[in-house]
Order: sequence, then C-alpha cells, then structure tokens
Amino acid sequence: MTLMTKFFGAAAAIALSAGAALAEPGLIIDLGGKFDKSFNEAAYNGAKRWIDETGGKYKETELQSEAQREQSMRRMAESGANPVVVLGFANASTLEKVAPDYPDTKFAIVDMVVNQPNVESIVFTEQEGSYLVGMLAGMASKTGTVSFVGGMDIPLIRRFACGFAQGVKAVNPSAKVIENMTGTTPAAWNDPVKGGEITRTQISQGSDVVYAAAGGTGVGVLQTAADEGILSIGVDSNQNYLHPGKVLTSMMKRVDNAVYNVFSNGVDGFEGGIKVMDLEANGVGYALDENNEKLITPEMKAAVEAAKAGIIAGEIKVHDYMSDDSCPVETM
Amino acid sequence: MATQKTEGRPHTAALSAEPAIELVGISKAFGPVQANKDISIRVMPGTIHGIIGENGAGKSTLMSILYGFYKADAGEVFIRGQKTEIPDSQAAIAAGIGMVFQHFKLVENFSVLENVVLGAESGARLMPSLSKARKLLIELAREYELNVDPDALIEDIGVGMQQRVEILKALYRQADILILDEPTGVLTPAEADHLFRILEGLKAQGKTIILITHKLREIMEVTDTVSVMRRGEMTATVKTAETSPEQLAELMVGRKVLLRVDKKPAQPAATVLDVQNLSVTDEDGVQRLKDISLNVRAGEILGIAGVAGNGQSELLNVLGGIMPGTGRVELNGESIDLTGKFSDGQSRRERGIAHVPEDRQRLGLIMDFAAWENTIFGYHHDPAYQRSSLFMNNDAIRAETALKMQRFDVRPPDPQLKAKSFSGGNQQKIVLAREIERNPDLLLVGQPTRGVDIGAIEFIHQQIVALRDQGKAILLVSVELDEIMSLSDRIAVMFDGHIMGERLPSETDEKELGMMMAGMGEGA
Amino acid sequence: MDTLPRWADVILIPVINLVLALLVSGLVVLYIGENPIEAIKILLNGAIGSTRGWGYTLYFATNFIFTGLAVSIAFHARLFNIGGEGQAAIGGLGVALVSLSINWPHWAVALPFAIIGGAVFGAAWAAIPAYLQARRGSHIVITTIMFNFIASALLVYLLVNVMKVPGSMAPETAAFPKGTNLPNAYQVLGWFGIPFNKFAPLNIAFLLALVCCVGVWALIWRTRLGYQLRAYGHSESAAVYAGISPFRITMIAMLISGGLAGLMGINAVMGEAERLVIDSVQGAGFVGIAVALMGRSHPLGVFLAAVLFGILTQGGIELEFEIPAVSREMILVIQALVILFTGALENMVRAPVERLFQRRKKRSS
Repeated sequence: MTLMTKFFGAAAAIALSAGAALAEPGLIIDLGGKFDKSFNEAAYNGAKRWIDETGGKYKETELQSEAQREQSMRRMAESGANPVVVLGFANASTLEKVAPDYPDTKFAIVDMVVNQPNVESIVFTEQEGSYLVGMLAGMASKTGTVSFVGGMDIPLIRRFACGFAQGVKAVNPSAKVIENMTGTTPAAWNDPVKGGEITRTQISQGSDVVYAAAGGTGVGVLQTAADEGILSIGVDSNQNYLHPGKVLTSMMKRVDNAVYNVFSNGVDGFEGGIKVMDLEANGVGYALDENNEKLITPEMKAAVEAAKAGIIAGEIKVHDYMSDDSCPVETM
Repeated sequence: MATQKTEGRPHTAALSAEPAIELVGISKAFGPVQANKDISIRVMPGTIHGIIGENGAGKSTLMSILYGFYKADAGEVFIRGQKTEIPDSQAAIAAGIGMVFQHFKLVENFSVLENVVLGAESGARLMPSLSKARKLLIELAREYELNVDPDALIEDIGVGMQQRVEILKALYRQADILILDEPTGVLTPAEADHLFRILEGLKAQGKTIILITHKLREIMEVTDTVSVMRRGEMTATVKTAETSPEQLAELMVGRKVLLRVDKKPAQPAATVLDVQNLSVTDEDGVQRLKDISLNVRAGEILGIAGVAGNGQSELLNVLGGIMPGTGRVELNGESIDLTGKFSDGQSRRERGIAHVPEDRQRLGLIMDFAAWENTIFGYHHDPAYQRSSLFMNNDAIRAETALKMQRFDVRPPDPQLKAKSFSGGNQQKIVLAREIERNPDLLLVGQPTRGVDIGAIEFIHQQIVALRDQGKAILLVSVELDEIMSLSDRIAVMFDGHIMGERLPSETDEKELGMMMAGMGEGA
Repeated sequence: MDTLPRWADVILIPVINLVLALLVSGLVVLYIGENPIEAIKILLNGAIGSTRGWGYTLYFATNFIFTGLAVSIAFHARLFNIGGEGQAAIGGLGVALVSLSINWPHWAVALPFAIIGGAVFGAAWAAIPAYLQARRGSHIVITTIMFNFIASALLVYLLVNVMKVPGSMAPETAAFPKGTNLPNAYQVLGWFGIPFNKFAPLNIAFLLALVCCVGVWALIWRTRLGYQLRAYGHSESAAVYAGISPFRITMIAMLISGGLAGLMGINAVMGEAERLVIDSVQGAGFVGIAVALMGRSHPLGVFLAAVLFGILTQGGIELEFEIPAVSREMILVIQALVILFTGALENMVRAPVERLFQRRKKRSS
C-alpha cells in the first residue's frame, strides 16, 4: 500500500510540474475536421498566423466525438497549455464544468457565453455580416430568388439566416428567400453530399444565389452551385478561391482573428468576460479579392459599404434572431 | 527386383506376389494415448482385407496414416514393395490409394460428374475434364455395377448412390487400393448387399480393398483375410474362411463375448403406453407418421423394426416431447399432451418417460459438456441437484456422476471429462445411465448400439433387459434387425409412416420382417 | 486437444499475439516517419504511467467490461449480439431519465434506480430482436445491427426535440442534479487516504462492473439458468430434447445481454458526462465484441481484455495528442491489428507453440 501511495504521489507530482513548466497556448479543433475550409480552418489559420509571426509553438488536438469533449479539454489544460481556445457552442456545458477545476488556466470559447472568471467568451455578430452578403445576393440575383443552406438547425445558424434575409429584402423587398437546414445534429456540419442535394433542390425552386452557413457541408453547397452555374456565398473563412468567379463573396467571420488575439494576449493579457466581435471590430465582414472582383460592381460595393457604415453608426438596425428567437423577415 | 529395393524390410522368402500394402512397425501416439503400437500388416493384391476392432482400437488412425492425414511416429510403409513416404493425401492418391470416408466429402449442390472431377481437373479448362470423366464414368459404371446418373445433383440422390460417387472418385483418380471406412453404417441391408457386389467386382478386376468395420457379419460375408485390432495393437491376422464370429469377437474384446442376448421370457403386465391414431407432420409439411396405433405393456420390450427414415425417429420424437403430433397417447391410463406448453421433454420426464435418443451426439449429449453435466441433462430441474433456489449443487452432481459411471462401467470413469472425449460406447453408457437410473415407467430407446463396440453392446443389452425385468415398459427402435430379433418381446414393423404389422420373434424370421420392411405388407 | 498447459493457453499465447500486433503496429508507425519505441512509450505512459492515465484507462475498461460481458453471455447461448452499441445508448437514456426524474438527495439513493433504468432500457432494446429471432427466425445479427441505427436515430430525435435544454443549442440534456453525481476514484480512494488524479473519470461504476463480472461467472457456471443457456448454445437440438425452450432461453439470454450493455450508461452517462449527449457510447458496443472474443467469453478474460482495450484507447488518445502525425485513424489501425492478431490469427501462433511444447515434452520424457 505504501508503495502504491508513493507511486501515485510521484506520478501526480510529475504531472503537476510538467504543467507548470510550459505555457504554450492550446487549440481544440471541433468536430468536422481541421481542414473544413470554414470554421475550424479559420481558427487554425489564426493559430498559424500567430506561429508565423512569433515563431512560438502551440498545442492542438482534434475532437472525434461529442463524448470526448471533456477529456480533450482536461487533457489540454493538464498538459500546461494556456490559454486554451475551444471552438463552438457545443463546448459550453463542458467548459462550464471543466473551467472551475483549472482556475489557473485561461479558456476562450468561440460562439457561446460561459460565465466563469477564467473564461473569455467570444461572440460574433453574424447577423451583421450576413446582412451585408444578403444585400450583395439581392443585387446579384436575376431571378429574385436566393437561398440559404444552414448546417445544424440551431438558433445561431438562424441568426445567420435572418441577417441574410434582412439584407436581401433591404435591396429587393419583393425577393424570395429559401431557407433550409442540413440536419439537427453536429453531423450536419460535415455532410457535403447532403449540402449539394439541398442546393440542387433550391436551384429547382428558382434560386440563383446560395449562401452556405454550414461548416464542412458548405463545400458541397459551393461545389454544386459552381457545377450548376449559379452564384454562391461562402462562410467563416474567405472561400472565394474555391471556385474563382463563381463565389459571389464570403461572409467572413474572423475566428482567425479571435484565435490570433487570444494567443497573442497570452495569459498576461487575458481579459475574461464577453468579447463581441462585430463589424466595427472587424469581427465579421464580406470578402472582396481578385477571385470575385468581377462579380461585385462598384455600385454594389458602394451600397454595401454604405450599409456597413450605417450599421456601425447605429443607423441601420439588424435584428438578432437570438435576442427573441424570431425573425422579422419572412423566409420559406 | 523386390529384394534389392526393399532394404530394411524383413525378408520373407517364397512369396508368390508382392503385397499391395505392407506396414511395418507403425506407431502413433496422441499425447499419452498410444493409438497405434508397433503395427505390422500385409495386404495382398486382389483381395478384400478386413480390419475389425472396437471403437477406439486404432483402425481409423492406422488408415489415416496410410492416407497421409497423420504422420506415424515410427514405422514404414511399402506400396507394391516400394518404401513410400506419404506426407499428405496427395501423395497417397499418387501412390494409387483411394479412400471412402464414413462421412462423405461431396459438394451437395454439384452434380455427380463435377464431384468426381473436382480436384482432379486436367488443365485450367473444365470442359475437357468433364467430357473425359463422363466417358470414364460410363465405362466404370458398366464394369462394376456402379450405376449413377452423372448429371444428378448430390443433394438429390440417396446415401447409397453418394457412396458410389465416392468410390467413383477414387477410381477416377486411378486408385487400385481402396480403403472403405465403416461403409455400411448409413446403408439399408439391400444397399449394403449391392455395395458388397461392387466390391467383389472390383476385386475380380485385381483391385485391392481394405474394409474397416466393426460388424462381424460383414467381415464374414465379404473378406478374404481379416486383421483384428485391440487397444492400438494388431492382435491377429487370419484367413476369414478359417475363423468364426465368436473367435473374432473374442479377439476384439479380449474375452469371451455373448453374441446372443440372454433373457428370460417376458412377463407383461398392465398397458403402460397406449398410442391411438398418432399422426405427425414435419416442418416441411411431409406426413411422417400416418395414423399409428400401438401399445407397450409393463415388463415387455416392443421392438420397432424398419429401414431408417420410415417414421421411427418421429415416433420416438413425438413420444419424447421433441416434436408435436396429433392423436391420442395415454401413459398409465392418463393422456399426455401432444401439442402446447406441456408437450415438451420436461413434461415427459415428469410423467415418467425416459428417452435414449437415436442420435446421442446431436440430441442425447452436449458433446462439449463434462460427463457430470451430461448426467443431469434433462433432469437439471430436479431439487436433488440444487443447492439453493438459484445455484446448482455441482459437487453433489459430480459425486453422483462418479457413482453412475461406476455402475455403468463408463471408461474412463472421470466425471470432468468432456462427452466428446469418450468413445461411442461409453457415450451411450452415459446416456443410458442417466435415463435408466431415473427409474422411468416407460423407456424410449433409439438405436441403442449404433456405433458401439461389441463389448459395450453386450452390456447395454443386459441393462435394457434388466429394466424390463423390473417391470418397466420399453419401446425399442433399431435398424439392426439382429438387435430387434434378439431383444424384443414383440416386433412391430414400420414402413412409410405405417405399422405394417406385429410379430412375435419366435414366430417370424428375418426374411419375413425384411419383406414387411420393404413395404410388402400382411397380404403380400 | 490438450497439448498445451493451461497457463500457456491463457497467458502465453495472448501475450505472443499482443507482441506480434505491437510489432506490426511499430512498422506502421515507422512507415509514417515516427519512432515506434517513442510511440509505445507515450502510449504506455499515457495509459498506465500516472493515476490520470489509469483513471481514464480503467474508465474506458469499465465501458468495455459491460459491453464485453453483454456479448459474452449472449454468445454462451450462441446468439451473436452485435447490438451492444444500441443497447448501451438506450441504456444511457434510461439512466438519464432516472437521473433527471427527481432531485435525488444522494447518489447512493439514485444509483440503484439508475441501475434499474439502464438495465431495463438496455434489455428492452434487446428484447425486440430477441423476439424476432425466437419467434420469426429473423437473424439476430441483422436485427441487432439495424437496432443500432434505430437507437442512434431515436436518441438524436429525443435530444434535439424533447430532452434538449430550452434555449440551448447543443443536443444534450441538462446536467444531472448533484445528487446523482457518482463519486470518482479520487473521492473513493481519498476515503482510504490514497491520492489519485482528481479529474479522471474513473468512478464507482468500475466496482459495479467487477460485481457484474462475478455475477456473470456465477450465472453461467453455477446456476441452472446458466446450465440451460450453455446447453442451448452448444446444441439447440439437444436442448429441445432436454425440454429447454429455445424461445425462453433466447429471450432470457438477450435480456440479460441487453441489460448488461445498458449498464454502461451508469459509467459513461451518470459517472462521467453527468448528462446525456449524442453518441455517449462511442463505439464501446463494438469494442465489446472484440473484448468478448479475446476474453473467450469468460468474465475474467473479458476483464483482462477490457483493461487491454482501455489501455489502447487511452494510450491512443495520448499518442494522438503527443504525436500529431499519428492520427485517429492510425490508432484504429493499431487497435484493429490487436484484434486481428488476438482473434482472427490466433491459430497462426497456436500451432507453432503447440509444436514447441510437444517437442519439449517428448525430449523430457
């Protein structure tokens, strides 16, 4: 028994000392994979940028299933990573449970609010970015019908959809907005085949601009849109390059900036509380590069820039679906 | 030339011909069991050589060595005077040896022709082999009375036919030494006779035949020479003409054996089993029993004679609670359920019906269970075997098993040994011990001595007669007419699901029963 | 054939198989350009090198014990229950419903009810395939596989539409009340003054698993029911001869099997997650098949195999964490190699070892 006690004691001591020695930041990539060309990849790009600029190192692990969240978070915290960034609303309840156990570790969670002293909650005003790309969609559409493909059917994604619809109606009040969700479980983030099928259905209903807010599923949406000759709008990362000349724009959700900032601030610069990444903070926006410059006319650009300024100034109010679980604009 | 090439072999002068097969000093052990001990044997060409012995005497091991399945620990094999190594069955086939196994190795959904060619195709293309085989098959059939339709599927032909296909397979591979392992085990008397005619024909063509059997009658009927094996040793090789069944039995068992059952006349009392208009239709919708009526009285043995497959199995199964039936069955004047919840084996046992099934390996025993687990099989609900409402009293069961094994002379008397480790005779003794020791009112017995060696047959018959003499009713089903004749107090003959008639053993003979078994009834 | 001493059969051959599997896995690791010795070190160190490692290893092992026993007991009745995954998932649902039903005052009060909930739900999920097999002859392998899919779809429906916390976006139930939180190893060992990692998920469900091991052993080899179950498993025709009802045995065997699989929810749902999430089983139902095969359907063997697979699972997660080049799929390859060598290729090793022993015996005698 004493031998056992010693053994366990020693092991525990080693684990603790290992934790204190290192202070690399950590990133837990969420379900759907690191290279989903969207949400996760944006986070990864932020971490990469930090490495490139600082020459530092960071720890990374990739989730494989829902039930693994707790172990991954604890593992990351125990390995000495600090601060630790977790991606996605699905981590909220787990982080709520884990964070108090590691008071010295700073956590940041993207897309959800967790009220713990050592957690920074980073939320984006997706409705604002979606509003802008909605305006572009409304102006680019020839049929007057545009569509939205969501990933998992959750309030967060409805916030995207609602912002998008408001933007479309702002430029074309008679436009029709079709809205579909891929599924009701996290699997909906990574189902490009189903994304493609939904897109095809929407095209048959007249849509000629489709906005995908569906993580890895969006790859299938964009692919189908390009194949069928209609325009698409990417999400999270700049996805214009995927099908040059066929992607109208991308609703940039600067998860990369969020990760980069958390990594750069480190433990010492950690603030905690809720951090809102809005238009003003360059947290969201629309992508304009050489791949889509021909698609965005100067008039379109001017209109969107005006709206952007209006939103920042508070002259234009974009309704947030999550504020009251409803959308003032009708979609179908 | 012979003397030069066979160095190391005992020189036996003045033999007119070289033996087709000569085994010298063959030994083979499986762990602690010496299956073959220094066995030497010579088989002359153009003869039928019988090898007889009890189960487990080492016959099959010896033949497996000859066919390349096992490697002998010591000893040499000479084929036609040549010292030959037989590492596998390919080598055996190349040396001209063909083997017909007890359990046929045929592909059920292939035709006869395809089975014959299988594994001996010449070249990658099948058609030339097939047409060549077809010609050869027709020739062989004419020559040896081996009539088989080359295009019939194996699954559609009877066992007798299937056996002929096995023989054809061997002949097609140009075997001139043919080993048959217990070939008549699955055959009707008529089919067996046909087989013997074929063997005679083969012999006349100069083929050498080794016949492995435990049936004395076959040895006497068809062989020229006979070797007797006992406990891994070759006890004697004699000319068949110069010996007798009694002498062979004694050589096999090592002591004098009673070939006839010694029993007093029956003293039948009240009717125990009364069967009226019993009918059974099996799962495939075939009617197996057609309106059967019979009765068995206390203190008598009713023997059911018949060729296998004429409804005897179903009769036992219905009475034993394994399959449902219609009609009326009374035990000691009270009816028993033929369908429903109380028609299972459990209910039958509670009513005092014990059942020694025809197929002890498939029904009567769990081969992977230890002997002690098997001796309570079917009676495992008996309170005597329980320690509490939940747990069984394994120690008590083992102790009781040891006693039963002693009383029924089961060898080895080890309750921990698995059923599959016992010889056929000892397995049967375990089943009998279990069923008889329950002191049932009615004992159903199917094929009590199938695959059982002579020494054990005698013992089993004595046990059955002893139970009768205690005033119990016994229903005996056997395809061995000898057994029916010698054990039964009354004989009923079954054919095609009907009872063809009843006879007293003293007033009938094998010929009359044989006619009835073939369906030629009362009036014929 | 009893050519091998028992110790060689039970220990030597599995160890040789394991070593072979690790050697081939080493080649795989080498192929992707990493140091296999280093990988093994990380794997073992991560799994059993610290109390944290043990805490996770034995936690995973607990899951595998439940599912392994479930497969084993059905296998003794020659029923191939592939449905452990679904039965465990539904068992987890039962545990969750009990845990959420009232505000439990203390875990010791909640636990017996949760055990009943998990076992009954798991058993009920196994009952339908069992009935279809026993009465209709629908093959249990097919039906149990299909019921895995149905279970997964049912849970998705319930978690998304019925049991989700209003306003939450995650498809999971609310956290269970504190009165259902099972003491973990840190707490339990703390009662005896033994230090242990505070956050490892190993909890008292492990003890329940051990009790189940003993219970299954007693059931199979000491009770009348176990006797009938084994008899039926060895020979259905003989069982009918003995008056053992195939319907009854099929139903009972599958109910017990499903119940054991359902108990996994005590460990994974009540003990670890403390709420019900989608895919709480994480493939443990399938690992249970490998565990049962490797453990020869004997509770002791199942226990040992479950610990081995616990080591592989936890060590694999560590490996993935420490060497990013070793991906999740690589870990699966290594686990599959272990299954391959210990299950499918068992005879490959057995024959030479038997020969070796025979030769040695002959020489000595």
